[in-house]
Amino acid sequence: MAVSIRTDGEAAGPAPLSNRSATGASWDQPVLLRLVSIALFAGIWEVAGRIPVSFAFPTFSDTVVAFFGLLADGSLATAYLSTLQPLVLGVVLSAFLGVGLGTICGLWRTGEWLVIPVFIVLQAAPVAAFIPMVTFVYGIGMTAKTLAVMILALPVIVLNTYKAVRNVNESLLVMCRSFLGTRWQTVAKIILPDASPVIFAGLRLGVAAGFVGVVLAELLITPTGIGDLITFHRSRADYAEMYATIASIIALSTPTLVFLQWVEVRVFRPESRGA
Amino acid sequence: MGATALRNGPSPVPAPIDSIVEVRGIFKTYGNVEALRGIDLDFPRGKLTSLLGPSGCGKTTLLKIIAGLIRADGGTVAINGKHVTAPGPERAFVFQDFALMPWATVMRNVAFGLELRGTNKAEREAIARRYIAEVGLAGFEDKYPHQLSGGMRQRVGLARALSVDADVLLLDEPFSAVDEQNRRKFQEDLIRLRTNQNKTFIFVTHSIEEAVYISDRIVLLSPRPGRVSQIIEPEIDRSGDPERIHRDRHYLDTVEEIWQGLKQYVE
Ligand SMILES: Nc1ncnc2c1ncn2[C@@H]1O[C@H](COP(=O)(O)OP(=O)(O)O)[C@@H](O)[C@H]1O
Ligand SMILES: [Mg+2]
Repeated sequence: MAVSIRTDGEAAGPAPLSNRSATGASWDQPVLLRLVSIALFAGIWEVAGRIPVSFAFPTFSDTVVAFFGLLADGSLATAYLSTLQPLVLGVVLSAFLGVGLGTICGLWRTGEWLVIPVFIVLQAAPVAAFIPMVTFVYGIGMTAKTLAVMILALPVIVLNTYKAVRNVNESLLVMCRSFLGTRWQTVAKIILPDASPVIFAGLRLGVAAGFVGVVLAELLITPTGIGDLITFHRSRADYAEMYATIASIIALSTPTLVFLQWVEVRVFRPESRGA
Repeated sequence: MGATALRNGPSPVPAPIDSIVEVRGIFKTYGNVEALRGIDLDFPRGKLTSLLGPSGCGKTTLLKIIAGLIRADGGTVAINGKHVTAPGPERAFVFQDFALMPWATVMRNVAFGLELRGTNKAEREAIARRYIAEVGLAGFEDKYPHQLSGGMRQRVGLARALSVDADVLLLDEPFSAVDEQNRRKFQEDLIRLRTNQNKTFIFVTHSIEEAVYISDRIVLLSPRPGRVSQIIEPEIDRSGDPERIHRDRHYLDTVEEIWQGLKQYVE
């Protein structure tokens, strides 16, 4: 699927103050461009399926049919019910914990020394290898899946937040101090808004990693939800169903990322709307 | 009759009748760079005083020490007779690089000092709106800094400093990042503002013309370590057409005089 992320402000056409409106007519129609991109992708898939690249590679049209089949018999809904709980929980926990921890480390030397090395190692390590270990300790339930999501999502969120907070615009800090801002006001009104573009880049990567984490957990340890649905259809050689399931989770991560972008622009950086 | 009153030597000037800022024996060293050595200065209330000197002579350092943003290694700063070591409500700073929040509108940037003080939104926006108009930016309240020119951005910085109603405005080369035409216009506006607002201005610049054009008093600093080398009071009539000042004899003579004094440091 085309994972192109744009703000809704842009989709609404050039804002009156947009200084980019002169960069070409095609940019005024991002919706059209996105549709073309999706159609192109579907076309290539269809051709590749028809050649066929592999007997295990279904065509685009078969996959679409299989997708509606899965929707109709309720198996997709059941699977998502089980997958989304640890995913949403893990991602939300990682977001708050990660931004909080990253901010503290960025502001406080001791915290930096204690925490940051752990996350640097975690980010570099093949973290998927830890997932069976999580099962060993926490069993195969919801806790293990949530932890799997967090293990993958947390490091990038913490490290991005930490870096952004450390590199905050020095002259704005001085400005805030000269106008008698308290420590707390400085964090809330200067540091976090200034850091928000990098923090949100980390959140987007973290959310994507969280999707990987939950699917990995379901493939490796707890045969439930989406992971189980993939395994099940592979074992029966229902490749169209298998691909439909995989595509559905990619399709789901897209609106999540768009939503994040919306929050960022809406809450923290209104000046980047339509610019 | 002399166009300018010259006082030579680094010895402190006899205190004027009413000085709002008193600087005594300020020293500052960065690592092994001695930036300021024994600065004694008085800033008269309601006047515009310029700190003039070549780049690197410690003008910004002195201004930030007065602002309470940098600690001096020795000496004291008193505002209205009270010693200060930290920023306070009686001083407001205008930054060389504007220091505007890019994510905030002109309105929020101007009202930011009041926002930090907990003034309620309606009240602070009413005050900010007045000063936005005062600096000539009426109609731009909802724009973001990236939509403004350099000159307009610095007007936002000036309006922000005016909004908190401080007695002393500290301006660090406010026009250095502003293009020439805007700078002229801005200087004229500053002269007008100074007459309307009953405030004390301390203005850092490295431009002799600018200093003479707008100042009641010019403090010449010598290059590193920064010391007070001369205090000049250009007596220029600033009523009437501001354009006229540029052709005023006193203005031209004073510029020439300061240049002769500074030339020794340039070689
Ligand atoms: N934070 C700092 N660390 C080290 N040296 C500094 C620092 N700030 C200023 N200096 C040095 O102190 C001297 C005076 O600087 P400054 O006050 O910025 O001068 P001016 O504003 O007159 O150009 C310069 O030589 C500068 O290099
Ligand atoms: Mg300077």
